[in-house]
Amino acid sequence: MVTIGVLALQGAFIEHQQMLEKVGARTVQVRLPQHLHDLDGLVIPGGESTTIGKLAIAYGLIDPLRHFAQSKPTWGTCAGLIFLAKDIGIDSQPILGLMDVCVDRNAFGRQADSFEVDLPIKGLKGDTPFHAIFIRAPIVRAVSEGVETLAQIDDNTIVAVRQRHLLGTAFHPELTKDLRLHQYFYDMVAETDSSSP
Amino acid sequence: MTDNGVDNKGEEKGTENLKRGLAQMLKGGVIMDVVTAEQAKIAEDAGAVAVMALERVPADIRVQGGVARMSDPDMIDSIINTVSIPVMAKARIGHFVEAQILQALGVDYVDESEVLTPADEEHHIDKTKFTVPFVCGCRNLGEALRRINEGAAMIRTKGEAGTGDVVEAVRHARKVIGQIRQIQNMNEDELFTYAKDIQAPYHLVKETAELGRLPVVNFAAGGVATPADAALMMQLGVDGVFVGSGIFKSGNPEQRANAIVKAVTHYNDAKILADVSRNLGEAMVGINVSALPDDQKMAGRGW
Repeated sequence: MVTIGVLALQGAFIEHQQMLEKVGARTVQVRLPQHLHDLDGLVIPGGESTTIGKLAIAYGLIDPLRHFAQSKPTWGTCAGLIFLAKDIGIDSQPILGLMDVCVDRNAFGRQADSFEVDLPIKGLKGDTPFHAIFIRAPIVRAVSEGVETLAQIDDNTIVAVRQRHLLGTAFHPELTKDLRLHQYFYDMVAETDSSSP
Repeated sequence: MTDNGVDNKGEEKGTENLKRGLAQMLKGGVIMDVVTAEQAKIAEDAGAVAVMALERVPADIRVQGGVARMSDPDMIDSIINTVSIPVMAKARIGHFVEAQILQALGVDYVDESEVLTPADEEHHIDKTKFTVPFVCGCRNLGEALRRINEGAAMIRTKGEAGTGDVVEAVRHARKVIGQIRQIQNMNEDELFTYAKDIQAPYHLVKETAELGRLPVVNFAAGGVATPADAALMMQLGVDGVFVGSGIFKSGNPEQRANAIVKAVTHYNDAKILADVSRNLGEAMVGINVSALPDDQKMAGRGW
């Protein structure tokens, strides 16, 4: 069985757990480095990225998380995408710096500018677009070679990316009832799991 | 683009999903009362998930008396410009114009709060008319569901603000969570009668019974002063914690703020709780709620 950890320092981690369990994964809450043992994949949820970063430093999680996500499938949503990125425009906030993307925090503005929209996503099963919920969301301003754009709005704003075993979304699939992205990530984890010795 | 409307790109704003969704992102976090931009910065650096901008913390409102109102827009602007985390601000109960002003300032959440002097003794704000989300206080399930029915996208138990005494926060959280446990075992007939008894809309009582929790995020507030208090509220089953006077009325705000943030994340780990509770300096002085005359209690404001 596939076991997926959900970083549970702060934010919407329970919603991710519930959806991952619906697609067949076992889930574990990750608050300390030892909770990463024996996981096949990891989700870094939405929440406040500054808070998550500070708590990760306080309990020595940065290096273990970075080490984990260098080889194991890891998915960041919203704050989690910021956490995975190599460049977020400021140096003061702790990040893992693994994905070759440039991310702008709060790119759409304040809560008044939060929005929902139907979004076509590359690689998702079914013909219907994904109903994407953007809350004080970041965007991917630039991607390097090797990063695949899975979704964009207005044809130029990138909001979902994949780089090998790393997945990033600027919106919140865990706040919808649509399981397709969780299924997509589950499949990424299951493939890696069966291909390793 | 109109409020609650769809624009030409198919984007919807100000929806219930978005209002409730922001609160989901704050779960497992600490929201701190701040009265200046400097305090907001300290709160953000300590790991607060949001700050509550207000003119005076509840402990000072108690001491100084007078009418407590919405804060000066300049002060709210300065806080918005200082931190990147969400900024909340308080409006008086029923004062929908204060709420309109806060929405125009671009705050991320409005707290229709009993800590300020109520502006209307019969009506709460019709929160469905706003695109900015609202958080409201409650002492029991009926009050929580009435606020949700009026459009609140987040609930906090009231406790007794500005006392540093956690007893009322515990009472209100236990009441709400206990009532939810009760209704989970009721059949339809009983739910109808119960909804009538607690003066709450039947559809929300039913939804709560099915979910086994409130349909919106529920934080604790009013009297949380230590990391142990915060963890106590988390173990009782709330989603996060508001700390008002408890931080900036204490001897060492930075360290205490930091400790409470860690306590909310690691609320089930007594070893970590012991560590973060060390050497925090003076806690806020505090007032025993049992020694407080009824007319000085804030929790009874709102209905």
